[in-house]
Amino acid sequence: MSALFPFHGGLKTVRHKTESNQTPIQAGILPPRLTVPLRQHIGAIAKPLVQPGDRVLKGQMIGQPDGYISAAIHAPTSGVVSAVDQQPVPHPSGLSDLCVTIETDGEERWIDREPVDYRRLHPSELRQTIRNAGVVGLGGAGFPSAVKLNLAGRSEPLATLMLNGAECEPWITCDDRLMRERAAEVVAGLQIMAHLLEPQEVLIGIEDDKPEAIAAMTAACAGTGYEVRPVPTRYPSGSVKQLVKLLTGKETPVDGLPVDVGVQCFNVATAYTVHRAINCGEPMLSRVVTVTGQVHRPGNLETLIGTPFAELIKQCGGYRENVERLIMGGPMMGFALHSDDAPVTKAANCLLAAGSAELAPELPVLPCIRCGACMDVCPANLLPQQLYWHARAKEFDQARDCHLFSCIECGCCSHVCPSHIPLVQYYRYAKNEIWAKEKEKQRAEQARQRHQARMERLEREKQEREAKLRQKAPVRPEPAVASTNPHSDPLTPAPSPAKGEGHPEG
Amino acid sequence: MIIAVMALGLLAGASGLLLGFAAIRFEVEGDPIVEQIDAVLPQTQCGQCGYAGCRPYAEAIAAGEADINLCPPGGQNGIAALAELLGRDPKPLDPASGVEKPKMAAVIDEQNCIGCTLCIQACPVDAIVGAAKHMHTVIARECTGCELCLAPCPVDCIHMIPFAPSITTWKWTYPAVEVKAAA
Amino acid sequence: MRFKTVTSPHILQHTSVGQVMRRVLYAMIPGIAALVWFFGWGVLINLALATAVALGAEAVMLSIRGKPLALHLGDYSAVVTAWLLAVALPPLAPWWLTVIGVLAAIVVAKHLYGGLGYNPFNPAMIGYVALLISFPREMSAWLIPHGMGQSHALGLLDTLQIIFGGVGSLPIDALTGATPLDVLRTKLGLGQTVAEIRNSPVFGIVAGQGWEWVTAGFLAGGLWLVYTRTAAWQIPAGLLGGLAVMATVFYLIDPQHYAPPWFHLWSGAVIFGAFFIATDPVTASTTPRGRLIYGAGVGILIYVIRGFGGYPDGVAFAVLLMNIAAPTIDLYTRPRVFGEKPS
Repeated sequence: MSALFPFHGGLKTVRHKTESNQTPIQAGILPPRLTVPLRQHIGAIAKPLVQPGDRVLKGQMIGQPDGYISAAIHAPTSGVVSAVDQQPVPHPSGLSDLCVTIETDGEERWIDREPVDYRRLHPSELRQTIRNAGVVGLGGAGFPSAVKLNLAGRSEPLATLMLNGAECEPWITCDDRLMRERAAEVVAGLQIMAHLLEPQEVLIGIEDDKPEAIAAMTAACAGTGYEVRPVPTRYPSGSVKQLVKLLTGKETPVDGLPVDVGVQCFNVATAYTVHRAINCGEPMLSRVVTVTGQVHRPGNLETLIGTPFAELIKQCGGYRENVERLIMGGPMMGFALHSDDAPVTKAANCLLAAGSAELAPELPVLPCIRCGACMDVCPANLLPQQLYWHARAKEFDQARDCHLFSCIECGCCSHVCPSHIPLVQYYRYAKNEIWAKEKEKQRAEQARQRHQARMERLEREKQEREAKLRQKAPVRPEPAVASTNPHSDPLTPAPSPAKGEGHPEG
Repeated sequence: MIIAVMALGLLAGASGLLLGFAAIRFEVEGDPIVEQIDAVLPQTQCGQCGYAGCRPYAEAIAAGEADINLCPPGGQNGIAALAELLGRDPKPLDPASGVEKPKMAAVIDEQNCIGCTLCIQACPVDAIVGAAKHMHTVIARECTGCELCLAPCPVDCIHMIPFAPSITTWKWTYPAVEVKAAA
Repeated sequence: MRFKTVTSPHILQHTSVGQVMRRVLYAMIPGIAALVWFFGWGVLINLALATAVALGAEAVMLSIRGKPLALHLGDYSAVVTAWLLAVALPPLAPWWLTVIGVLAAIVVAKHLYGGLGYNPFNPAMIGYVALLISFPREMSAWLIPHGMGQSHALGLLDTLQIIFGGVGSLPIDALTGATPLDVLRTKLGLGQTVAEIRNSPVFGIVAGQGWEWVTAGFLAGGLWLVYTRTAAWQIPAGLLGGLAVMATVFYLIDPQHYAPPWFHLWSGAVIFGAFFIATDPVTASTTPRGRLIYGAGVGILIYVIRGFGGYPDGVAFAVLLMNIAAPTIDLYTRPRVFGEKPS
């Protein structure tokens, strides 16, 4: 048992894991229609490769990564594309985004799957295969994994490859079930990652409230040298920077990534997906989603991307009474969906149908009494109340000086606030405003430069016109002009030939 | 008495030399206040303030010729930023300049465009492309929403379209609960 | 199906401002019990009167400011202010003294500054100091601690009569006397040594007779507050530490003229102030290191005021002075953020 390096703050929250982790992962039903968003990841939206009317095969790429930080999107099953248009997607705004809608044919006809032997592939080809399989981080952030598997440009070898199986949020059990049932596959994916990154050690962090998962993973790691490290159950130990600190004692710099301190961290489900992509030739088409809360049969479903949430609820026996909010993700960091029409995306790890039993009653907001309870639980060691005062007063510069952008929005501060202030929303608001202002500033700067370029162009054109006129001038002398404009006379002989060929500064 | 006068005189002289040296040694190039004001202005180059563009307006403000509340695209936030920069009190937007509107971009109705190039000449940021007797179009990314192309168009085929909310531009709002409680 | 959308987190701990404030009230009970035992009914009457006036003033101010009454009265903050002030008043203080003090605390120090959470100064201490400066004679008329069961004790009706009807025929001067800190201060001024003064009957085992049990009561409640994390431990630790260091240094220099540190720690309002007054989160420093500095500042100031100032005890003034410094302390004691390079 190695030493742990506890992070500041954190909470013991309610757990509610047993509702959904007692039954094996079930296969999700094939719905008649799938709506596959083209933006399911951090980075640029994928470029659609299909048009309405196209037939697609299961696993066919329908969205191409657009740029380095982007991810491929595939048809989760065979069928006919019925639309490529704006559809509601799971997002806190409830807005729509570009989606490919597929009418499924129920035949599940695959593309040619080509498993590859990762040991024989050149690392860049291996990364390309992972990229083309659309693998993104499945812990919720959705960052393209191929980018994180590329350490080119870093001089030092990677110290630690870390697998995150902490699953610290209440209610969610999809990683727990995956580790219990498919530990060998997860470790197979981890081996591919280790092959690419060549780390000095490989650690797997799992919260100690999942003894079965710890046992399964330890058994699967036998002989690999990979180490399973149980961590105390304390939210938010599953947050990347906190888990890195917990297991290695290294603190990720304020504006940096874990890789800056020699650690690269992936979710267990991401490792599983990498395994499917390389060893089975199957791109990312489905994921395990925890459906829990006020449904009749909570559990974990292996669901095709694009399945409407309503279908998942139906498969789990439908809503029980008084569902007030439908939360995607956990109750601490997840967001409330506007409707259950939205589809499952790669980042959807949990669907929590929350009623009054799960939710805190909506309590009136009182003024901050500066009690400091938020400070005691902040895992980033911030002063949440100072951030709050600045965000509330719209003093964004000061908020930034107080390290607003170190806030991971874990929700601990709001959770304990005796005045029930929606602190996290203030921080999100302030961050969004700062980003928007920065964007606006960039736009203004761009406009300023274009305006300046135009003014210079106009000036140049004017001078060119004048130069042309003056070139004609000696042929047809005009003493009247020369006398009214004293400057033109001495200037005319010398500069005119040069100007005729173009402005020297142009 | 004489010692006191001499001491004060020496002190004054030394301070004067020091200040003079500092003024030369740390002299700031150009007129930075104009740059700073220009950086706060929205750079739409719309001329609603009565000046030929954002920079002339910035120069006018710096020279004390223009007030800080003449820029409708900058809006109340822009006025507040100017007020803070210049150490003045913010004031409401001068209605004579115009009203604050949501951000918009010009869109050319390509069916009706006759290719007269008048809008191209009007655009302060060269955001309209096209050639004579060919259809023109607006580069939406570059359009500042200044509306200067609307008036010259002989067939009124340019319209201002507000930016549609999208996932990428959506923002978390200021928490509403407390506004209610504090009211 | 469409749903309500609210920002995360979606689950909250069951805490509230009211709960925090009620805990402070519970924690005061042992100390109040000791006060009642040694000083009689007056303590309870003061408490009841202060509570009633505070709630009334709070309600009036809230309605003037257009705030929801039930919500804000339910936060118990006015009651806490009332109790903190009432405990600090002489047990036979005339009713108008209590009323003026509470009004100064609730109306001026709290609501005129923006209400709960916005007041820069501890309201109860503003009320106390306003009375101390305006009515020094009434404020120093403390009872000699006798205990309710003993012969000199006043009955409920007598106490009521004194508080609401003026002194009347009762021999109030016979009942009141100087507090231990008063005695120390006066006799030191007369050139006596600490050891000689300690032989005076007002002193008990460690500090004042009777008073030391009141202090013990407040210490018990205060430790419970710290244990439940209602009060930050750094403030009492800093305060008692600062005071102890000052007292020890001067005691070692000249034990004839400076009282020993344990006497200082156990006398007057130090323990009460350390756990109940200085820990008021609204007006104290908020960072961990800041709280220590803030506490130490209060402790040092208490000693300075006691030893060299114009008042026998200095908790209220010390707290108010450090209230002014709290925002500055906060600014310079921000903790190192996760991932920030050690500075």
